[in-house]
Amino acid sequence: MLLGIISDLHANELALEASLAALQRLGVDRLVILGDVVGYGPDPEVVTQRIAALAGQGAICLMGNHDSAAVGARSAMNDMAAAAIAWTRPRLSEASRQFLAGLPMTATLEDMLFVHADASNPEAWNYVVDAAAAMQSLTAVRAQVTFVGHVHRPQVYCLTATAKVIAHTPVTNTAVPLSPQRQWLAVAGAVGQPRDGNPAASFMTYETAARELTFHRATYDYDTTARRIRDAGLPERLAERLVNGT
Amino acid sequence: MAKSKLETGSILDGFTIGELIHRGGMASLWEVKREGDPTHYLMKIPVLNEGEDPAAIVSFEMEQMIMPRLKGAHVPRHVANGDFAVQPFIVMERLAGETLLPQLKHLPLPVDKVAEMGAAIADALESLHRQGVIHLDLKPSNIMFRPSGEAVLIDYGLAHHRDLPDLLQEEFRLPYGTAPYMAPEQVMGIRTDPRSDIFALGCLMYFFATGVRPFGDPQKLKGLKQRLWRDPVPPRKLKPDIPPWFQEIVLRCLEVKAGRRYPTPAQLAHDLRNPTQVQLSARAEKLQKDGFFAVLKRKGEPPRSLIDKPPEREAEASDAPIVAAAINLDDMTPELADKLRRTLLRILERSPEARLAVLNVLKLNRIAMDQTLDEEGNNKHVARLVGLKDWARPMKIAQGRVTYHVLEAIDPADTLLDYARVNNVDHIVMGARANSTMRKILGSVSGKVAMEAPCTVTVVRVRGAEE
Repeated sequence: MLLGIISDLHANELALEASLAALQRLGVDRLVILGDVVGYGPDPEVVTQRIAALAGQGAICLMGNHDSAAVGARSAMNDMAAAAIAWTRPRLSEASRQFLAGLPMTATLEDMLFVHADASNPEAWNYVVDAAAAMQSLTAVRAQVTFVGHVHRPQVYCLTATAKVIAHTPVTNTAVPLSPQRQWLAVAGAVGQPRDGNPAASFMTYETAARELTFHRATYDYDTTARRIRDAGLPERLAERLVNGT
Repeated sequence: MAKSKLETGSILDGFTIGELIHRGGMASLWEVKREGDPTHYLMKIPVLNEGEDPAAIVSFEMEQMIMPRLKGAHVPRHVANGDFAVQPFIVMERLAGETLLPQLKHLPLPVDKVAEMGAAIADALESLHRQGVIHLDLKPSNIMFRPSGEAVLIDYGLAHHRDLPDLLQEEFRLPYGTAPYMAPEQVMGIRTDPRSDIFALGCLMYFFATGVRPFGDPQKLKGLKQRLWRDPVPPRKLKPDIPPWFQEIVLRCLEVKAGRRYPTPAQLAHDLRNPTQVQLSARAEKLQKDGFFAVLKRKGEPPRSLIDKPPEREAEASDAPIVAAAINLDDMTPELADKLRRTLLRILERSPEARLAVLNVLKLNRIAMDQTLDEEGNNKHVARLVGLKDWARPMKIAQGRVTYHVLEAIDPADTLLDYARVNNVDHIVMGARANSTMRKILGSVSGKVAMEAPCTVTVVRVRGAEE
C-alpha cells in the first residue's frame, strides 16, 4: 500500500492542491493528514472543507495545535499564530468547526503511528526537533514507524540497537528504506508553510510493503498565496516566509 | 530471529542452495540457483550469533540498503534481499575469478602493473562516488576484476551512502575499517569523506609496489592513530627502481589531510595513466621519513587539527572536474583562441580543484599510419605539444593543474570521445570549425562530440565569424 502523508497545510489552498495533484500522480492508495489544517494561511474554510471531504472518503486526519486552537481550546501560542487564529475563527463554517473539533489526537495503522507532535505526550504539542526529542517520542511508543508533523522541516530519526538516535536529513525523491530491525520516526515537512529554505510544498509517501519512505516537493504559486495573506490583513511575516521557505 | 540450518539442497525464498563457497567470520557465501533461471548467483548470509558484535548486524543491514541502489560494471549486480525476520541474505551476481588477495603472495609487483591496476580501481571508486557511496573498506580481498578489465568492488558492509541514514555513524565507539588501509580521518570516526577511499587505494598501491604495508597492520586504536603523525617510509627508499612519478602519486594519496590528496579518483586515474604528465613535487624525491622533531610536533597537536573536515554535502565530485580542451591548431583564428581561453578560465575559476587536459588530435594518414615525421624531419608530436603549451600559456594556469596530450587518430571525434570516456572527463570545451564550407565537406567534429559525449560539451564559436 502506498500512503500519501501530508502535514501542516495551514490554510494554504494552492499548496494543498499542488500536493494532492502530485500524490495522485504518484498513485497513492490512502491519504494521511498529520494535522494543522488551518492557521497562518488565507483559506481556512476551503481547505477544511476539502480535507473533510477527503476524510469522508477514507483519509486519516489528525488534530493539530492550530486546529485545536481554532475551535476554542486554549493553548500557548506566539503572537503571530494567535493573531492568525483570531482571524481564522470567524471564517470557519459551523460544519468546518465541527469537523476540526472531532479530529483524533493519534491514529494507528498496521505497525504505524500517526500524531501531530511528540508522541510521548501529544496534548503538550512538543516539537520533535532533535535527536533527544526523537528519543523521547520513540521510546514512549511501540509502533515501528511514527509519523509526526508540527516542525515544518523534513527529518528522519532512527532508534538503533544500542539505544542511540541517528538523525538523517532526507533527500527529495530518494527512497529511504526503513529497516524493520529498528524503530523509526519521520518528521513531515509542511505543505502550507515550509521552513527548510525551500518554499515548495513538502510531503511524503510510504510504501508499506517495501518499507520505503520518500520525501517529495511540489512547487506552487506562493506569490499568490502571499498576496492573499497580505490582502487578508494577516501579519506580513506570514506572507514573507512563504516566499522564502523560512 | 528464526534461523533454520542451511545446507546444500535447501530452498530459501525460491533460491536453491548449492555449494558452500566460503565461510568467513562475518558471513558465508553460497552458490544458489533459481527455478527457471540458468544463471548461478552468489548468496551472502551473515553470521549472526547471540551476543555477537551488533555491528555485524548493522553492517549487513547497510549492505542490504546500499547494494540494490548501485549500478554499473564496478559493482556485483544485486538480485534479492532476504528479510531479517526470517533469514537475512543478499543474492547477487556471481563473479568469475578471484579477489586480489592471492596476489599478496607475489608482491612486489612491477610498477606499471600496479599503476594499471590502480587506475582500474580508481575508475571503480569514481563510479561509486558519483553514485553517492563511499566504500570505506577498500582492500585486496574486496576487489575483483571482470574479464573485460573493469575492477569490481565487493562488500558494502562498511559503506556510507550520501542520501541514506548511516546506521554505523555514531553507533559504535571503535572506528570500523581494515587497519592497514584505513584513512586517518576514518580512524577518527569520520565516515563522510570520499577521499578516505583514495587513501586506502594509496596504501594498496604502496603495498603492491614495495611488498611492505605503509602503516603495518596495527591491532589497537593507539597503533592505528600513529598514521596521523608518523609518515610512511618513502617507497623509493624501499625499492630504488620505483620511478619518482609513482612515488609522487602514492604519497599524495597518503597525505594525512584529505585536502592534499587527489580530490577525486578520476584525477588519480588520470595521473596513473599519464605518468609523463605527473607534476612532481618534493614528495617524488623524498627518501627519508620526516625527522624526529617534525613528528614530535605533530604528535603534540590535537588529532582533530591534523585531519581535514569532510566536504559539505553540496561539495561533490563535480567541484573537482576534469576539463578537456580540444584544440585544433590548424584551424584557429586569434579570436577563437582567445574566446576558448576565456571560456576555460571561467570554468576553472569556479572550480578551484578542476584539472585541465589540453588535447590535440594528430590526424593520421590512412595509408601511412606510422609516419609521424614531417617533411623537414621534425617530430610532429613534439611540435604539437609545443604548440599546445604556447596556446595555453596566456591563461597562466598553475603547472600542476594542466596537462598536454597529443592523440594520434584517424577520426578526431571518435578519439576525443574515447579519451573522455576512459579518463572520466566531466566537461569538453572545443572550438567550432570556422569555415562552414569546410564543415560541410568534412563534417563537424564538435557536432559529433556534442551528440555522443558522456559529459557536458561546450562548443565555442566566434560570433559573426562565418559572415
